[in-house]
Amino acid sequence: MTNATPLIQLVNVSIRFGRQQVLSNISLDVFPHQTMVLIGESGCGKSVTLKLIVGLLQPTDGDVLFEGKSVQSMSERELTAMRLRVGFLFQGSALFDSLNVLENVAFGLRAKGGFTESDIRQRVRDKLMEVGLPPTAETKMPAELSGGMRKRVGLARALALEPDVMLYDEPTTGLDPIMTDVINELILQTRSRRPVTSLVVTHEMRTVHKVADRVVMLYPFTRLQAGESQVLYDGPPQRLQTNLNPRVRQFVEGEARDRLSELRGEAQ
Amino acid sequence: MSPNPTSRLSYRRHALTVRGADAAAVVEPDAEVGEISQSPPDTEDRPSAWLNAFVGLGDWTLFSYRAVSGLFSRHLKLKELVGVCIDVGVSSVGVVVITGVFIGMVLAVQAYNQFHMIGLDTSIGAVIHMSIVRELGPVLAAVMLAGRVGTAMSAQLATMRVTEQIDALACLGVDPVKFLVGPRFLGCVLVIPLLTIIADAFGVMGSSLICLKVFHIDEFHYWRHTANFVKLWDLFVGLGKSVIFGGVLSLICCHRGFNSRAGAEGVGRAATEGFVLSFVAILVIDFVMAMLTNAIAAIIWPGGGGRVA
Repeated sequence: MTNATPLIQLVNVSIRFGRQQVLSNISLDVFPHQTMVLIGESGCGKSVTLKLIVGLLQPTDGDVLFEGKSVQSMSERELTAMRLRVGFLFQGSALFDSLNVLENVAFGLRAKGGFTESDIRQRVRDKLMEVGLPPTAETKMPAELSGGMRKRVGLARALALEPDVMLYDEPTTGLDPIMTDVINELILQTRSRRPVTSLVVTHEMRTVHKVADRVVMLYPFTRLQAGESQVLYDGPPQRLQTNLNPRVRQFVEGEARDRLSELRGEAQ
Repeated sequence: MSPNPTSRLSYRRHALTVRGADAAAVVEPDAEVGEISQSPPDTEDRPSAWLNAFVGLGDWTLFSYRAVSGLFSRHLKLKELVGVCIDVGVSSVGVVVITGVFIGMVLAVQAYNQFHMIGLDTSIGAVIHMSIVRELGPVLAAVMLAGRVGTAMSAQLATMRVTEQIDALACLGVDPVKFLVGPRFLGCVLVIPLLTIIADAFGVMGSSLICLKVFHIDEFHYWRHTANFVKLWDLFVGLGKSVIFGGVLSLICCHRGFNSRAGAEGVGRAATEGFVLSFVAILVIDFVMAMLTNAIAAIIWPGGGGRVA
């Protein structure tokens, strides 16, 4: 798989907000049809990485390439075309709260144009069925839905345009264990139906083991020593268990160890 | 490439680059607060307040250009526009009527004694109606619109920013600025002249009520002086100003919403900033327009001072 040309490339990317450096000199190649999971502590720049890929944020330094073309230098038309090929499932689902479920899922199709109304309705119904929502949910408003339902509507909306790339920003955060596994299954199902390239940002180790072909672990920049790489681990999920780096072990095993005393030290 | 995103203006393209001040909205919400204070203080990096204001103005200009250019694109949906117009009109008309009537009555009460002393009772209408049609009507309608509709726009867009709905729009191939701000801008520009007419009418009504029914000023001469003094040009200037106020206040309020910081506090702050900045802008523009229209009137009617009856 690694001999193919990468679909998405981050080339020496750095980004900072004001004085807060979030990513520093990150290089990453994502290959077609790969399911890459990005893990790491909160605040290490995982979500920022996803937003860099679709051009919602721009790097302070370095370049983000989509199919070899720099996202920053794309014309408006190219950028729109690229974004329509990418499905993005947001952390809080980001459903449009003034629109009902049907209108939310149909939004991308209507914005893109070229579909008849009956075609749109059929597609919406199919996508909702795929994520396990009945047609009766179509008329509900986002505020009436549970967290798990919102996530699934968000997924249906992202999938409605049949994207080549799916970006999942913490898809299982805040869900119960069963719904977490439902979302994991949906990620797998999406992957098996169509050969999508997926990037999943999560801190759920079960998601990592279930869906990942490749795991990348980032470490918060502010806690690195000078000269250290922000990418702590890059490889298959199986080798994660046997990795000897104590920082990786600490995350994988989910233990605080001396982190609390460290935090207290920082706070003082 | 600029070394600092703060100094980069963000509406160049589809990309809604989040500026430096908005870091909190982008970094995961549970990121440790301590990290920010940990970074070394490099004072050279911190732009001055003036520079910030200047950058903000430039950013707003690009934002406005983008929003207005969206009016000529597929992003403007008639249904959306009609919805905004109804919303803007219906929600503001009540407050506009009330403020119009009361300002008219207050002006009459305050001015009557002065005019009565010098025996110019019947001219009072001309002066009050002139100030209503040229100044108070448009300014009051605009301020009420900013308070009633502008803050709601700021808060709504800020909530959409905070809950990533604006990012979601961009990811679905829609330009959020054109899609969200275009109809709001056009709605305000179209509806504010109507609100101004209402404010003018109720202001005139309120003042006339006091002058004619309470102070018993001679009705014929009261209206005669008004008709001699207040011309169509004055009404036209007032309405023209109101259109500019409406456009500017909607763009300011939407811009504050788009650049909201994270959380409930960010949304609240966006709404407040939207109103305060709109209010200041309305007053400043009003002053500039007063100077400008006087200059224009002097060109059209040389020696126009004689218009005063």
